Amino acid sequence: MMTAETPLCPECDADVEIPADAMENELVSCAECGIELEIMRLEPIELELAPEIEEDWGE
Amino acid sequence: MRVALLVTHIRAEEKLILAAFNNRDISPDIILDRELNFNISQGAEQKAPSGSAWRDYDLVFERCVSTSRGMYALAVLNSWGVRTFNSFETAAICSDKLRTSIALTQHGIPQPHTRVAFTPDSAMQAIEDVEYPAVLKPVTGSWGRLLARVHNRDSAEAILEHRQTLGDYNHHIYYVQEYVDKPGRDIRAFVVGDRTIAAIYRASNHWITNTARGGQATNCPVTEQLNEICLRAAEAVGGGILAIDLLEDAQGNYVVNEINHTMEFRNSSKPTGVDIAQEVIDFVIQQIEVMA
Repeated sequence: MMTAETPLCPECDADVEIPADAMENELVSCAECGIELEIMRLEPIELELAPEIEEDWGE
Repeated sequence: MRVALLVTHIRAEEKLILAAFNNRDISPDIILDRELNFNISQGAEQKAPSGSAWRDYDLVFERCVSTSRGMYALAVLNSWGVRTFNSFETAAICSDKLRTSIALTQHGIPQPHTRVAFTPDSAMQAIEDVEYPAVLKPVTGSWGRLLARVHNRDSAEAILEHRQTLGDYNHHIYYVQEYVDKPGRDIRAFVVGDRTIAAIYRASNHWITNTARGGQATNCPVTEQLNEICLRAAEAVGGGILAIDLLEDAQGNYVVNEINHTMEFRNSSKPTGVDIAQEVIDFVIQQIEVMA
C-alpha cells in the first residue's frame, strides 16, 4: 500500500513503498535496488541508508 | 505498567511485539540503543533517552540486533536493579557459543563434540581431534555468518590462515565442532519460561539451515522428548525467552546446537499456528505482575 507521499530511495532514486503502519526507525527495502533503508522521520518521510550489518548483529 | 522496548531499529519482530503489548493496553516507550549514554555510577535515577527515569520502568524488554549493545545495556540495567528480559546472565551466556557449550556440559545436555583452541596450530589439532568434516564457528555472531565446514587438512589450513589474518581477536578463538550429519533440516524451538510454545523445522539443501540464509520453515510437533531437552537447555543458560536450535543425529537423537536470546520469529508463527509474539508478551506481563 502506497502512502500519499512516496519518498525516493537515497541510493537509486526509485519510489519506495512505505507501509501504512510504518514507524520511525523501521527498516524497509527499496524494491528497485534492494538496499535496506531506515525511516528516520514520518512526517515528512525521511529515509536513510540503514547501517551496514556489523559482526555482532544477530539473534 | 511501564515498559521500555530497547532496540537497534524496528524490524518485523519488534512491530509484532509492540502490537502484542498494545493488545494488552500497554504502550512501550521505544528506546534506541544508539542513544544510550549511561552514567554507570549514578544508577536508575538517571533519565533514559525517553525522558523517564530508568527506575520508573517495570520492565526493559531488550530486542537489540546489536548483541554487544544489548548485552552491556542489560549488564548496566540489571546492576541497578532494573528488571529486564532476558537477564544479563542469560544474554551473556547465549551470546557466546563457548559459554553456551560450557553451560550445556555442566547440565549434562547433549551437544555436538566441541573443542576450543587459541592458535592456528592448536586449532588444526582440535579439528583433527573432532575428525573431518568439522565445523569452525566464530564464538560470537549469528545468521550463519562465517561458519565453515572443513573437509580435509588442506581446507583447514586455508581457513585457519584466513581467520588468523582477520583483525578482530574473536576470530582467533577457534571454536570447533564435529559436523552432525543431520537429515537436511534442523529444529528451532521457542521456549517461553517453562514452556516450549512452538517449534519449526528449518529445511535446506545447504548445510547451513538458518532461515536468514534461506532455510524453509515448517511446523515441528513439540513432543514430550523435544520439550524436555529444550526446557533443560533453557534452564542451563538461565532461562527466559529463548530459541533453542537443535540437530537430529544419525540415530535420531537431539543435540542442542545453539541458543538465541533475542530470537527472530517472523517466519515461525504462520507454520506453527502459534502467535509467538503474544505468547512472549503475555508471559512477560505475567512475570512482572508476579514480581510486583
